[in-house]
This record gives sequence, C-alpha cells and structure tokens, in this order.
Amino acid sequence: MNYKSLLSCLFSISVLVGVPAGAQPRFITVASTTSTEQSGLFRHILPIFENKTGIQVRVIALGTGQALDMARRGDADVVFVHARSAEEKFVAEGYGVKRLPVMYNDFVLIGPKSDPARVAGSKDVLDALRKLKAAAVPFVSRGDRSGTHMAELALWKSSGIEIDREKGPWYRDTGQGMGPALNTASSMNGYILADRGTWISFKNRGDLAILVEGDKRLFNQYGVILVNPEKHKHVKKALGLAFIDWVISPDGQKAIADYRIGGEQLFFPNAGQEGA
Amino acid sequence: MLPLLLQEVSFAVNGRTIIDRISVEIAAGPRTIILGPNGAGKSVLMRLCHGLLKPTAGVIAWRGPTNGGLRQAMVFQRPVMLRRSALANVIYGMRLAAIAPRERELRARDVLEAVGLSHLAERPARMLSGGEQQRVALARAWALNPEVLFLDEPTANLDPGATRDIESIVAQIHASGTKIIMTTHNLGQARRLGDEILFLYQGRLAERALVDRFFRQPVSPEAASFIRDELPQI
Amino acid sequence: MSEITQALGAAGAMIFSFDPKLIEIVLLSLCVSLTAVLIASVIGLPLGAAIAVNRFTGRRALIVVLNALMGLPPVVVGLVVYLLLSRAGPLGELGILFTPSAMVVAQTILILPIVAALSRQVIEDSWQEYQEQLRSLSAGPLTSALTLLRDARFSLVTIVLAGFGRAAAEVGAVMIVGGNIDGVTRVMTTAIALETSKGDLPLALGLGIILLALVLALNATAYWVKEAAQRRYG
Repeated sequence: MNYKSLLSCLFSISVLVGVPAGAQPRFITVASTTSTEQSGLFRHILPIFENKTGIQVRVIALGTGQALDMARRGDADVVFVHARSAEEKFVAEGYGVKRLPVMYNDFVLIGPKSDPARVAGSKDVLDALRKLKAAAVPFVSRGDRSGTHMAELALWKSSGIEIDREKGPWYRDTGQGMGPALNTASSMNGYILADRGTWISFKNRGDLAILVEGDKRLFNQYGVILVNPEKHKHVKKALGLAFIDWVISPDGQKAIADYRIGGEQLFFPNAGQEGA
Repeated sequence: MLPLLLQEVSFAVNGRTIIDRISVEIAAGPRTIILGPNGAGKSVLMRLCHGLLKPTAGVIAWRGPTNGGLRQAMVFQRPVMLRRSALANVIYGMRLAAIAPRERELRARDVLEAVGLSHLAERPARMLSGGEQQRVALARAWALNPEVLFLDEPTANLDPGATRDIESIVAQIHASGTKIIMTTHNLGQARRLGDEILFLYQGRLAERALVDRFFRQPVSPEAASFIRDELPQI
Repeated sequence: MSEITQALGAAGAMIFSFDPKLIEIVLLSLCVSLTAVLIASVIGLPLGAAIAVNRFTGRRALIVVLNALMGLPPVVVGLVVYLLLSRAGPLGELGILFTPSAMVVAQTILILPIVAALSRQVIEDSWQEYQEQLRSLSAGPLTSALTLLRDARFSLVTIVLAGFGRAAAEVGAVMIVGGNIDGVTRVMTTAIALETSKGDLPLALGLGIILLALVLALNATAYWVKEAAQRRYG
C-alpha cells in the first residue's frame, strides 16, 4: 500500500475543497422558492446576470416560509418569493429593506383527465374548490408554508370553506415541495393547485392535466427583497442591490420574459406595476 | 537485579486465593523450574515475578545492584507475533528497549541465526509454524540481552521435535549468562532443563530442592504423589 | 416497467457521454466525502485505539455512547450543524454555511463515531491477544496503541472505507447544510433527490447508478484488501 501518494492526493483534494470557502468569487445568496428553481427560470436568467456583472448568484430553493425564516436568521442576502402578505410582514418586522414586485405567473388547478369532480373548463376557481370538497376527491396540499400553499389556503377561505376544520381524509397534507407534491398527485390521480411554471417542466404527469385556469384569483405575484443590513451586518448590500436592480431593470425583465418551455412563456415581468 | 525476593506474597481474585503467602529468594545462577499440577498457580506466580501482576499482599523486590536498568524478558505459552516479518518482530523488542538503531538489525540477524531461523527472517511471522514462532519469540527476548528470562510453559503446544529445538535454545541462552526461570508441568522437561525445582501446590510453595534430590527423595507428600502419578513420563 | 427501461437507457447514454454537469457533481461528492473521511480517520482511529488500551472511569459508558452515535440520523446532524453555522448561530462568523466546507464538517461529525467505535472494537480485540507480550516488552499505553494501529492496518482500512461509503451515500446532512446549490454544493445524493422531485428520472437514475457502482467498488476493495492481507501476513 503506497501511503505517501494516497496522502498527497487527499491533501490536494482537501485544499481544493477548502478553496471555495476561502478565496471565493463575488457571490450573493438568494433564498427563493422551489417553484422558481424547478421551473428552470434561474438556470436561464442567472447566467445572463453573472456574465454581465461577474457576481455569482447562489440560490437556495425552499418553501416561501422557510426562505423568509432563513433570511430572518441572516443566512441569505436577498429573498425572492411569492407570498405578498408574508413578504410585507417580513419588511414590517424590519428584516427586509423594501419589497419590489418583479414578475407574476399563475396557478392552475390540476386534476385527473377523468375529472370525477366535474370542474374542467371552469373559469371560477372558488366554485371548483367547492365542488372538490363536495365530491371528496383526493386533493394534495403542499402543506409547507410555501407561497403556493398560502395561496391555496387563501382560495379555500375565499370560497367560504374553513379548510382546517372541514377537511376530510380526501385532503392530503403532504408537507412537500411542488415537484414531490405533483408526484404524489400523479400517483393517486388526485387534484392539486400548482404554479404553471413547475407544471410545464414537470415530466411525470401520469394521467393529470390542467382543468381550471385563467381565473384572476389564480394570479401569483413574485417579489424581491434585500435583507436588511442593519439587522445583519454581513449582508452583501452592494452586490444584493446589483442583483435586485438588474432583475427589475429592462434587461432583467426581458430575460424573464424570454424564458420559455415548449414555446410557452412562464413568467410575466411586471416590475414597477402599481399595487403589485 | 538478582536476587529476586518474595516475602509472604499472596494474590487473590474475587475472594479466591491463587497464591498463598509464598516466601522465597531466587538467586542468580541455577536454572529454576517452577513445577506443579495444573491450577497450582505457576503462571500467576511467573506474572507476579515478572511484574505483569501486582500482589494483593506481601512484597516482591529485586535485591541486587541495578546496572543499566532492570532487564528481564518473558516468553509465553502462545507466541505473540506482530503482523510483520520475523526480523521486524525481533527488532521491535529492541526498539522498545532503546537499543541503538544501528545495532538493532545486526543483533536481530545474529539471534535469528543462533535459533536457526536465518532463512525465514523476511517471512511474515504469523505464517510460521508454532515451533518457529516460539523460536522467534525466544530470539526477540534473547536480543534484549536480559538478565532474567521467564518462560511460561513454552513447549506446551509444541510437538516433540519443536520442543527439543526450544529446549536446546533455552540451554544456549542460559550458557550465555541469562538466569532462566521456567514453568512446566512436564516432569521429563523439568529433569532435563532444571537445576533447582520450586514445587507449587494449590498456591503454596510445597517444596524447594535441587533437581536430583527432588526426584529421588521428595520431602513433601504433595510432591511425592505428583511424581508418582505423573510417572512414567519421558 | 417500460418507463424504467427507458430511463435506464437515457441514464446510460448520459453516463457514457461524460456529461460535464454529471462529472462536476460526481467529483464534488468524492471530494467532500473523501475529505470528511480523512479528517474523521485522523481523529477517530487514534481515539478508538486510546479508548481500547486505556482504563479509566466512565470508559464503559463512553463506549456505549460511541456505539450509539454510530446510528446518528444524518438529517439530525445536518440540522444541528446548520444551527451552529447559521449567521444567527455561534459559528456564523465563519461564513461557511452553504459551502462544501460545511458539508465536510457535517459528514465528518457523522462518520467520526463510526470510525472511532469500530476501530476501538478492532484494537480492543487485538489488545486482548497482545497485551501481556507488549507490557512484558515495556510498551506503555501510547506505544501499544500505535503498535496495534499499525498491526490492525488492514482491518482499519476496511473501517475507513465503510465510513467513506456512509458519507457518500447520505443526503440528509449535506442537503441542509449545503443547500443543494447548483454548481456549488450539489452532490450525487442531493441531485438525485432534486431530479426525482422534478420527475426527471433519467438523470436521477444515471446518478443513482454511478452512486451504486461507487458503493460496490468500495465494498469490493475492502474485501480484496482484507483477503490479500490475510494471505500475505496471516
């Protein structure tokens, strides 16, 4: 056994691994959601930003609730999520500097093609939800405090159903990200609320299809916030602002609009829009 | 170092007495054989003398002048070989005894030749036969140039041929000036190798005598019956 | 069934085309786990040997705890390390969260008990065999520990390989402290988790096949090392 060569190999490996932590390139940490990561949006727009500025963007994809918690702990420089009320609370608590709208996409109600609850083609998502509950068909919920989950809960509430009290065994609270939840829905031929972006890039559809879409209430707004450097001294303020400024700039907005899957645009830029 | 003095030495474990108030002085010179039936406490007594065990009562002391430290070595019933060559095993012992590096290999090869194992010096020690391993153990002990060599039933697991080899080496080591203290339950071996006998029975020193007198006219009844029962044994 | 064969085919194509993303992920996995096992061994092997040859109060309790820690759930280790390395935590100043260094830390903590507990067992078994001879040769605890470590080297290699296998195969710890960042902290296991959740089975399967091949190769190596050593050294 040649101890010497093995040792020197391992030493150089450890030096290699140590380098990323030591002499790092300029980078920021962005806490975002599983839906933006899994739709492939970041894969498309981040290289454009990185080429332009030389700033590497490291994205940690979690649920919106987790992303905001992570930012509260100071483990991220920027948050990029889609749950307006949670974001505004975040800023109001002093953890974020300012919330800026960036883009929107929409949610769609997915279900089996056989559609036992008879909701396909409806333009009224609230009515569809009431029908789902009445038919007691399997419904998969994210259950993970994500933006999608919060949107789902808001829709139940708007439809007049207190889902917490009125749910039955048909309501499957999985605590998973969008992809795994879709997997679950696919395998049990159930209904699920999903963001269009993740659905379009989701490959394991089984018997599922979009049943309800286009309702204004399914509108899903994304916001970007710089984590407050006054709360966490180490936040990379300049680099973070460079990213935010780019994302809401015409260049960034165009990059977002250019992202397509199968010719379809997933996200619609609306930075600067009043009330977004 | 020598003589080794034991005063009212006892050793008990969990309330059981294994060595019971033994007092004896072991001097330099004659080959001392500790003889006795199985369970008499021979091995425990050896370990007490060598220092591997501490007596629960009584005193063990080396009374002689100590020039250059207490040099003693022990060879066990089962030889313990490291996963190295025979030569490396012998050198290992010398390294622990702080013998100069340059001297070690030379001495190691010398003793290995003396025990007839030169041709096996580079072999992995654990691949050698039982008799060969025991010879390596002897070589390892001998290389330390000890003043006292303890041997605990060194040939109990060996065939007659190997036993003869070991006995001849022990004789050589004695001839080179080392005090031999050895246990055995084999009367023939005691007769061949011993100058004096310490006969142990149930943890007590039952008799001490020069070898001829012991076998011709044992004084203690325990020794007499032991010799009677074990004979004929060559 | 056809879905699986389809995915397997796509996976095979991906592996043999040496997809750069794939290579990057595999290399990072190896890097992180190798570094972790190196550090864990440097600490764990001597620690195991030290516990094996020394006697002190609380030793048995320590051994029980060490053995229990072998079963540390990776996700719990990940959580604890995350809380320590988070900016809000005590070691936040280090700034290594979400970098490979954090992953190395977490995996080192995960496999250190395995290396220490198993080496303790192996060395202690050796110690039973060698103890008297080593003490007879005046070897103190430190020398004994080092000698036994060297003597048991082949068994220890097996233990180190086992530790590496455990590290390379876990996902819970590296997912939490690494964040599965594309191009920075994405390793085989976290990539498999991600691609599976996206429903992208070919890539997930491709990585899975490589990971399985790695684990198999490790086990084969461990077996071969022990076999060869047994034949050579006994």
